[in-house]
Amino acid sequence: MTKETLSAGLAERAPLVGVKALLRHRMIWPVLALALILIVDGVISPGFFRIRIVEGRLFGSLIDILYRAMPTATVALGMAVVISTKGIDLSVGSIIAICGAVIVWRIHAGDPHFVILLLALGTGLLCGLWNGMLVALLDIQPIIATLILMVSGRGIGLMINLIYGGTNPSFNSALLQGLSVGHISLIPTRLVVGAGIFLLLWLLTRRTAFGLFLESVGGNPAAARLAGVNTRLIIYSAYLISGICAAAAGVILTADTHTSDPVSEGLYIELDAILAVVIGGGSLSGGRVYLGGTLLGALVIQALTTSILSSGLPPEYNLVVKAVVVLIVLLLQSSNARTALVSAIARRKR
Amino acid sequence: MNEKYLPLGATIAVFLILFLTGGLLYNHFFSTLVLGDILADNAFVIIAAIGTTFVILSGGIDLSIGSMIGFVGVAMANLDVAGWHPLASGLAMIAFGAGFGALQGFIIDFCEIQPFIVTLAGLFLLRGACFMVNLDAVPLRHPFVSEFAAFAIPLPGEGFLASSALIMLASLLVAILIAHWTAFGANVYAIGGDRVSAALMGVPMRRTVVKIYALGGLYSALGGVVYALYTSSGYPLAGTGTELTAIASVVLGGTLLTGGVGFVAGTLFGGMILGLIATLINFNGSLNGAWIMISGGLLLFLFIVLQRFLVGSLKFGAAR
Repeated sequence: MTKETLSAGLAERAPLVGVKALLRHRMIWPVLALALILIVDGVISPGFFRIRIVEGRLFGSLIDILYRAMPTATVALGMAVVISTKGIDLSVGSIIAICGAVIVWRIHAGDPHFVILLLALGTGLLCGLWNGMLVALLDIQPIIATLILMVSGRGIGLMINLIYGGTNPSFNSALLQGLSVGHISLIPTRLVVGAGIFLLLWLLTRRTAFGLFLESVGGNPAAARLAGVNTRLIIYSAYLISGICAAAAGVILTADTHTSDPVSEGLYIELDAILAVVIGGGSLSGGRVYLGGTLLGALVIQALTTSILSSGLPPEYNLVVKAVVVLIVLLLQSSNARTALVSAIARRKR
Repeated sequence: MNEKYLPLGATIAVFLILFLTGGLLYNHFFSTLVLGDILADNAFVIIAAIGTTFVILSGGIDLSIGSMIGFVGVAMANLDVAGWHPLASGLAMIAFGAGFGALQGFIIDFCEIQPFIVTLAGLFLLRGACFMVNLDAVPLRHPFVSEFAAFAIPLPGEGFLASSALIMLASLLVAILIAHWTAFGANVYAIGGDRVSAALMGVPMRRTVVKIYALGGLYSALGGVVYALYTSSGYPLAGTGTELTAIASVVLGGTLLTGGVGFVAGTLFGGMILGLIATLINFNGSLNGAWIMISGGLLLFLFIVLQRFLVGSLKFGAAR
């Protein structure tokens, strides 16, 4: 048993009261980070929290954050499932690029757009099959196994574009347009889609045995295997889920830009997704899947980006501020750093 | 032949086969000129990859390489405007690289955060710092830069070894010495092989981890200096994605990403293979850049599967 699960077990047995119990809760740091960012926003720009109804849809900075966070959050949810098996999926950005290329290729070929949607998700599934084969069947370390598709995926996207001779072809599609900027009554369609994906994954990991299997495989694969869990199948399905999630994000991102640009579409999204999982309390050493925390993590990242842009700081500061906030959140999560900080403060008081 | 040399042998064999194929396909390919060009063009990646080899040998990873190369270039260009000699600013940046790497290593070890995440934050921080300094390419105007670019040692045939290639070969030599003839080098292999046993054997963990990432930072900063001098400019987007090329070079060079197994010298050939593929595709003329990415991925796949079965029969076979 790791130190973490041991202390978690102790905490359950002897319930702590009040603030201390709250501070022990794994969700406290991402929630605090998000709250802090939003409060700073509220102070800097009055009316930040105002939500209006314009042309029959919700409108406002908070909605904007949710709207823009959706693709990253979707990718991050799939990533959380993979990371819970002690894996990692670096290829999600490339999967998005391939999906974009497939969508535009088939639109130019004249397929019905609903079929194209299925084809795009199928492409993600195919990429997941490839990654899963390398990791689950050939036992290759996840970080290298998915590096292969990461390196070559954008090239594959470019090749698909070349099939019909376009370099950065654009398209028109009512269905994709609807997914990108449409809305169901007041709520943007993509938020409904995102919520649907979250709910599905939540049910899968919290209301079926699959979640238990995932965490057991990530926590201790040998023990899981001895207990009769088909570890290969579980790991395989994690990469399939990640592939489909990436494809869903790819559909939205491609619909947003009306074009397929394999070189830059979804660039660095794998890093943001992994970050979202870690901010949400997930450990890269596996064994835990926190979908709610991951969602919060994705929102923290997007809220940060949005508030940097809306605060009037030049966009060049975006990356630096992001790095600093990430480091602070990580340092607060580390017990060693917390102890050092607390003892430093105590020494100063004395 | 000792089994541990097999991956290295395979790498060198692939390099030779690719080079011979190029020689058979195209006139003028099989020459020291092409070889010297590949060495010079890829010197900065290979230098950075040499540092990464240590990080990967210890079982870690460093994603901040590409941003470091960009930041070093931008900083050198701005110091050049301020009147610094490129050698002075270069040395300052190498020191900065070592310091930055050491800080990353300290955070990784002290806070027990995965290297992937810490160096990812490093990637964001340095790339962001590039954009904060300036958004456009700034030329390096000091006369030393053109002297550096002009300096070369002629090779038999028409080819020559450019100054960047010479720096790369020298830093490779130093790295080989560090890896195989110092206590630090032995510690790196020990940590990568089995962390717990290494700690029990008395390997100073924190000091070694900090040194490993400092070395990684030092080498990527040196790569950045070479890149800035070679292109005689500082551009904030320079080196984007170089971390992947560097990691791929290390893997192609026969080093296992699980740590503990591999050779620094392999990285040279790994990087050269990637450079050779790009050159082959450029020689062809009808193929485009997409092929470079796809063939790189394909080669990576072949090597990893090959390694998997080689190591599978060596290491895991014995354990079971």
